[in-house]
Amino acid sequence: MNISIFDVIGPVMVGPSSSHTAGAVKLARIAALISGKPFYRVTFALHGSFAKTGVGHGTDRALLAGAMGLDEDNEMIKNAYELAESRGLEYEFFEKDLGDVHENSCEMTFLHDDGSKSVIAGSSIGGGRILITGIDGVKTDISAEQPTLLIRQFDRKGVIHRITKALLDCGINIGVMRLTREERGNIATTVIETDDFLPPELAETIQAIENIISVRIIES
Amino acid sequence: MYKDLKGLVSEAEEKGLSMHRIVLEDEIELTGNSEGLIYERLEQRWQIMVSSALRALNEAQEMTGSLISGQSKKQNSYNEKGSTLSGSYINSIMAMALSSCEINAGMGRICAAPTAGSCGIIPAVMYATSEKLGSTLGEILDSLLVAGGIGAIITKNATVSGAEGGCQAECGAAGAMAAAAAVYLAGGTPEQCENAVGIALMNCMGLVCDPVAGLVQLPCSYRNASQAVNAVISADMALAGQSSVIPADEVIESMYAVGRRLPVELKETALGGIAATPTGKRLKKQIFGA
Repeated sequence: MNISIFDVIGPVMVGPSSSHTAGAVKLARIAALISGKPFYRVTFALHGSFAKTGVGHGTDRALLAGAMGLDEDNEMIKNAYELAESRGLEYEFFEKDLGDVHENSCEMTFLHDDGSKSVIAGSSIGGGRILITGIDGVKTDISAEQPTLLIRQFDRKGVIHRITKALLDCGINIGVMRLTREERGNIATTVIETDDFLPPELAETIQAIENIISVRIIES
Repeated sequence: MYKDLKGLVSEAEEKGLSMHRIVLEDEIELTGNSEGLIYERLEQRWQIMVSSALRALNEAQEMTGSLISGQSKKQNSYNEKGSTLSGSYINSIMAMALSSCEINAGMGRICAAPTAGSCGIIPAVMYATSEKLGSTLGEILDSLLVAGGIGAIITKNATVSGAEGGCQAECGAAGAMAAAAAVYLAGGTPEQCENAVGIALMNCMGLVCDPVAGLVQLPCSYRNASQAVNAVISADMALAGQSSVIPADEVIESMYAVGRRLPVELKETALGGIAATPTGKRLKKQIFGA
């Protein structure tokens, strides 16, 4: 059998819908993690079924709770508006056609305390699973099911070699690795899914490598 | 490695092992997790199932639209008065299935089994049955493994998604999983588990998914209660020696074929069935406006 019993006895979550509630929480939580910096305002552009039937499933509260770092099984999710207010977090929801994407999709914009902005898009693809499909306009496909390293670097010779060397030195096995770049010699994005826990020191080690712009560890 | 229910049953027979052992070994091989960790996670999930099954028995839950608020309490009070038609066991199963559904609708914590919309069935059947039989926690977790094995087989060879296969795929699958678990708790054989799965699924063949106002409330809560009852009567028939005649694997395949042929209006879109009745439409307007 290639399906775990915990896929059908689980996930543990707050209701009512694995795609419209649990998946929405995870989507926004991972997006906030990827944005990587404190933010004072977050907006959610809701597409398709997220826009049309989301309210009845608490998708709005789920997304807002996820952005604040709550897990899928946290019963505070239903109080997300009150929680955001107490934290002084600004938020806004609106409908937007995101084009040819999954029915349950959302584009999240984080306005950071330092004045910068992150735009992260993704979909809730069923059963509480998600896919981060874009980061600041660069296409990605991050499921966050395995410990994941997200690295942005200048497209230079030897950078990948130094990254994989750092992983080897930590005894970490690479499961999947994807490298994308907009154009030659410009900024590239590396996504590495691993089989092993990623220690926080690893992010610092990689960050210290020449030509690395940013490093994020995503543990769901 | 088994690919279907027949494979699971014959593997248990060939190796001379119990059914939950085969599912467990398969899970260890698939995930690399230890037996201890798997049981630990099963117990955590079981505790959440129990809590969702009991929590709304005495307290109506708040939820968007309030279509099913207080259902569990009503069934529980009726059962406690002691003059029910179908008896205390069946009524407590219904009350507990309704409880998990209320918790789910009110954005409370549940364990999807196999989905959030069908989260009331396995907890209600297994809790009431284990109380009745005096089962140990170990026996309960072993039976939960068997239910998980059945759910994985249905997911692999058909679907457990209401959007893909209708309610027969969600609550129907949960009922089939619960039926196998009930047989297992009662000490039934692997063949009896297999028959219970086949009987439970054929009893709900073609059941559509038609949520009023698109909310996971009505008919979801009643479908959870009725499929939980379907699970225990299917288990009883299998334990009495009834055969599903059509092998469970073939019933699973036919459920999937029927699900694919259901029109989209009857698969979670809230465009058909009771959702499209005059009252269903009025409730939608009442809850969401226009």
